[in-house]
Amino acid sequence: MGGAMNGYYAGGDPLVDTKDPGGPITERWDKRRFEAKLVNPANRRKRTVIIIGTGLAGGSAAATLGEAGYQLKVFCYQDSARRAHSIAAQGGINAAKDYRNDGDSVQRLFYDTVKGGDYRSRESNVYRLAQVSAAIIDQAVAQGVPFAREYGGLLDTRSFGGVQVSRTFYARGQTGQQLLLGAYQALERQVASGTVELNTRHEMLELVVIDGRARGVVVRDMVTGAFETHLADAVVLASGGYGNAYYLSTNAMGCNVSATWRAHRKGAYFANPCYTQIHPTCIPVSGEHQSKLTLMSESLRNDGRIWVPAVAGDTRDPALIPEAERDYYLERTYPAFGNLVPRDVASRAAKQQCDAGRGVGPGGLGVYLDFADAIKRLGRETIEEKYGNLFDMYAKITDEDPYSTPMRIYPAIHYTMGGLWVDYDLESTVPGLFVIGEANFSDHGANRLGASALMQGLADGYFVLPGTIGDYLATNPLPAGIDATHPAVLEAEAAVRERTARLLAVNGSRTVDSFHRELGSILWEYCGMERNEEGLTKAIGLIRELREAFWADVKVTGVNEELNQSLERAGRVADFFELAELMCIDALHRRESCGAHFRTESRTPEGEALRIDEEYSHVAAWEFTGDGAPPILHREHLGFEHIKVQARSYK
Amino acid sequence: MKITLRIWRQPDRDAAGSMATYEVAGISPDMSFLEMLDVLNEELALAGGDPVAFDHDCREGICGMCSLVINGLAHGPEALTTACQLYLRHFTDGQVIDVEPWRATPFPVLKDLVVDRGALDRIVAAGGYISAPTGAAPEAHSVPVPRKDAERAFDAAACIGCGACVAACPNGSASLFLGAKITHLGALPQGQPERDARALAMVEQHDAEGFGGCSQIGECTAVCPAGIPLDMISQLNHDVLTALPRGKDQRG
Repeated sequence: MGGAMNGYYAGGDPLVDTKDPGGPITERWDKRRFEAKLVNPANRRKRTVIIIGTGLAGGSAAATLGEAGYQLKVFCYQDSARRAHSIAAQGGINAAKDYRNDGDSVQRLFYDTVKGGDYRSRESNVYRLAQVSAAIIDQAVAQGVPFAREYGGLLDTRSFGGVQVSRTFYARGQTGQQLLLGAYQALERQVASGTVELNTRHEMLELVVIDGRARGVVVRDMVTGAFETHLADAVVLASGGYGNAYYLSTNAMGCNVSATWRAHRKGAYFANPCYTQIHPTCIPVSGEHQSKLTLMSESLRNDGRIWVPAVAGDTRDPALIPEAERDYYLERTYPAFGNLVPRDVASRAAKQQCDAGRGVGPGGLGVYLDFADAIKRLGRETIEEKYGNLFDMYAKITDEDPYSTPMRIYPAIHYTMGGLWVDYDLESTVPGLFVIGEANFSDHGANRLGASALMQGLADGYFVLPGTIGDYLATNPLPAGIDATHPAVLEAEAAVRERTARLLAVNGSRTVDSFHRELGSILWEYCGMERNEEGLTKAIGLIRELREAFWADVKVTGVNEELNQSLERAGRVADFFELAELMCIDALHRRESCGAHFRTESRTPEGEALRIDEEYSHVAAWEFTGDGAPPILHREHLGFEHIKVQARSYK
Repeated sequence: MKITLRIWRQPDRDAAGSMATYEVAGISPDMSFLEMLDVLNEELALAGGDPVAFDHDCREGICGMCSLVINGLAHGPEALTTACQLYLRHFTDGQVIDVEPWRATPFPVLKDLVVDRGALDRIVAAGGYISAPTGAAPEAHSVPVPRKDAERAFDAAACIGCGACVAACPNGSASLFLGAKITHLGALPQGQPERDARALAMVEQHDAEGFGGCSQIGECTAVCPAGIPLDMISQLNHDVLTALPRGKDQRG
C-alpha cells in the first residue's frame, strides 16, 4: 500500500530523523539532556518564547521556563489561564511510584502505556514519560495540590482501566482541576515576577515562519478585534486537542484545532489525525439541542458494574430486572479485566450491545453503570466519599438519583491522540515550533489509557520541553533586525485579515452552529468508533460539499472590531472542515483496526479488532500541499526493541 | 416550553447598557440554560440581529467561565450549581427570566453578559501560590499530610474562581475567593513558610483592585457553586490578623 489511493493522497519520503538519542533506553533521556546545549542563565532573559495555551502542558511549561529565566509571551482564548480545559479532567494521574508495593515500576508503566496504545507509539518517548512520572507527583505535592491521602498522611492511589496495579493519584473526582490550579498558580507567580506576559482572550490565527523557522504568531485580541503580531525566538503550541470536530464531545466549547491547523498549513506535519479516543463512560445524548457531552470519570468503573438487559427490547425499570436476566457483558467476555478493560474495548462493547437492541434509556443508546453492589459492600458513605461530586453532576444533568438507580452511560468523543508530529525534542517539522500536551501526537499511540493525559501534559511542560528547547534557543536565536516589517510577517497578517473579511462577507442563510452540527454527525457516523472504506470515501465527499456550502452560505454576524463570538466560532469551524477531511483520509489509509478504531475490514474470527503490524506499524505524518491538493503521507516506522509486540487481549 | 428573557445588552465597555426582551419557544425542560441561549442566538443571527455575548466553556460546572445573574441570583436559583449546569426543568413554562452580567466595580462589562475578571488573577499573582520551582520538589511522601488537613485543603481548593461571590456581595467583596485560597494553601504543611506573606499580599491586592470589605452577610456562600463555606472568611481574617504584627517581609 505504498502509493496514492484514488487520488486522496500521495506517498512521500519516510520520516527517519526523530532525534532519538539511541543507546540503552534507560539512559536515552539523560543522554539527550547532557548533549543539549545550554543557555547561560544570564542570557536566558534575552530569549523569548511564545506559548499558545495555558493548560497543564502550556501552563507548566511557561511557569518552568519563566522560573529558569526566559521571557515568555503566553496566550489563551479564555478570560483566565485557570480555565483551560485540563481543568475538567476528573479521574487521576498515573505515576510509577510503586507506593502500593504491587509490582509497579517505570518498566511496567512503560509497558502498560505502549501496550495500551496498541503498539502505535514510540518506545523512547513513552519510556521517558514513565521515567519522569514520579517527579510530577513530587512537584504537584510541593505546590500544594491536595491529593487524596490515607489516614497515615501518605498519598492514596487507585486503579484505572487497562492496568492491574494501583498507580493513579487523584484529588476526589477533580484531579485535573487541582493539577491545573497548581500550574496556574506557578504561572501567575511568574507573571508577578515579570518573566511571563500573559495575554488572555487572545486567539492564535496564524504562524509566522521566517526563513524556514517558526518565529512568531498573529493573534486576535478577542475583545477589540485587533490583530497583533508577536515575534520570538521559538514558538510552543500547547493548544489542546480537536475532539470538537465531532461537534458533540466532552471537550469544552472553545476547544479548537486552529493553532495546530494553521501551523500545519505552514509546514508542520499532522500525525495520526484519525486517532480520536472514544470514552466509554459519558452521559448519553438526551436531545437535539445538546451542546456537549459530559464525561463521568472512568474511575467509576472501579466500583460500578456495567450491564444491559439480557433480552433485546426489555424496557423495564432496572430495579425490576432480576440478576438472571442481566448481562454483565464486560465481566462475561473479559474476565481478567472485567469492567476495567481499556476504553476502546469498553466503548465498542457498549456500542455492540446497543446496536443489538439491548441498549437502555431514550433511543436505546445507553448501558447501565450500576453501583448497587458496591453500595451494599462498602456502604453509601464510602461511595459518596469516592465519587460524590460525579454522582451529583449526574443527578443534575439527568434528574435521576444514581445512588438508587443505575447510571446510564454511552461512549463519546473525548481525547485526540493525533496532533502535530514532533520528534524526541517535541519539535515539529517546522524548526523552532515545539508542540506539547494533547496538541502533539506523541506518547499515547492509537489509544490513551486513563490517567495518562495529565501525566503527558505535565511531563511535557514541567520536564521534557524545558530540557530540550534550550538546545534550540542556544543555537538559533531570532536574527537581529527582524521585525514586524518582515515580508513573512506582512504575509501572515494579510492572510488573517483576508480570511476574517471573507468569513464576514458571506452573509448567508445558515448559522455557524448548524454547519458544525452537520459536520460532526458526518464524522461520528463514518469516522467514529467503526470505519470502513465505503463510509470514509462517502464522508470525504460529504465534507467537501458541506465545506463549499459553508463558504457560500454561512451567516457570520457583526464586525471584526468587537467582541464577536460568532466570528470566533466561524473561524474554528472553518478549520475543523479542513481537518475533518484529513481525518477521513488518514482513517482511509489505515486499513487495520487498532486502538480506539475498528476498521470493519480488519477483524479476527471472534470479531475482535485485528491489527496489521506488517503494514501499519507506523506513524502517519501528513504534509499539507495546498488547498484542494492531496496531502503527502510520510511514514515514521515504529520499531519495538524493548517490548514484545503481541495481539492485545484483555480476556 | 416558552420562556421570555429580559437580557442585559451593552455593545462594549464604554457604552450604556439596557435590558432587551426576547421570547424563546419550542424548548425542552432537558435543555440547559445556556443551550436555551444558544437557540436564541441562532435565531437572532438568522434574523440579522446581534447574538447575545456570554462567557461559557466547559459546560460541566468546573471551568468557572460562565457568569450569569439569573433573576437576581448569581448562577440562578439552584444551589451548588453553575449557570451551565442549570436546566430548564427548574423553570416553569411561560416564565419571565432576567439575565444580567456579574455586577462589581472591579469586573467591568466587556459586552452584554461578558465581564473582565482579570482582577482575580492579579490577586493570585500577588501571592496565591506556594513557591516551588520545577525540579526542586522533595519526594512526595517525605511530608505526610494528615487526611483531615488534606480534606480541608481540598474543600477550599474546590473554588472555581467564577466570581459569583463578588457578584452576590452587596459590598462587592471577593473575600470568599480570598478565603478559599488562603485556607487551601494554609491547611497544608507545604504552605506554611509563606503563609503570613501570602495573606497580607493577597488582601492588599484585593483592596487595590477595588473589591469591598466583608461584613459577614453570607450572600457569597449562598450562591457559591463550589460550596465554599463562610468559615473560610474567618480563616482569612485569622491569618491576616496573625500575620499583621509579623509583617510581610519574610517573603523577599
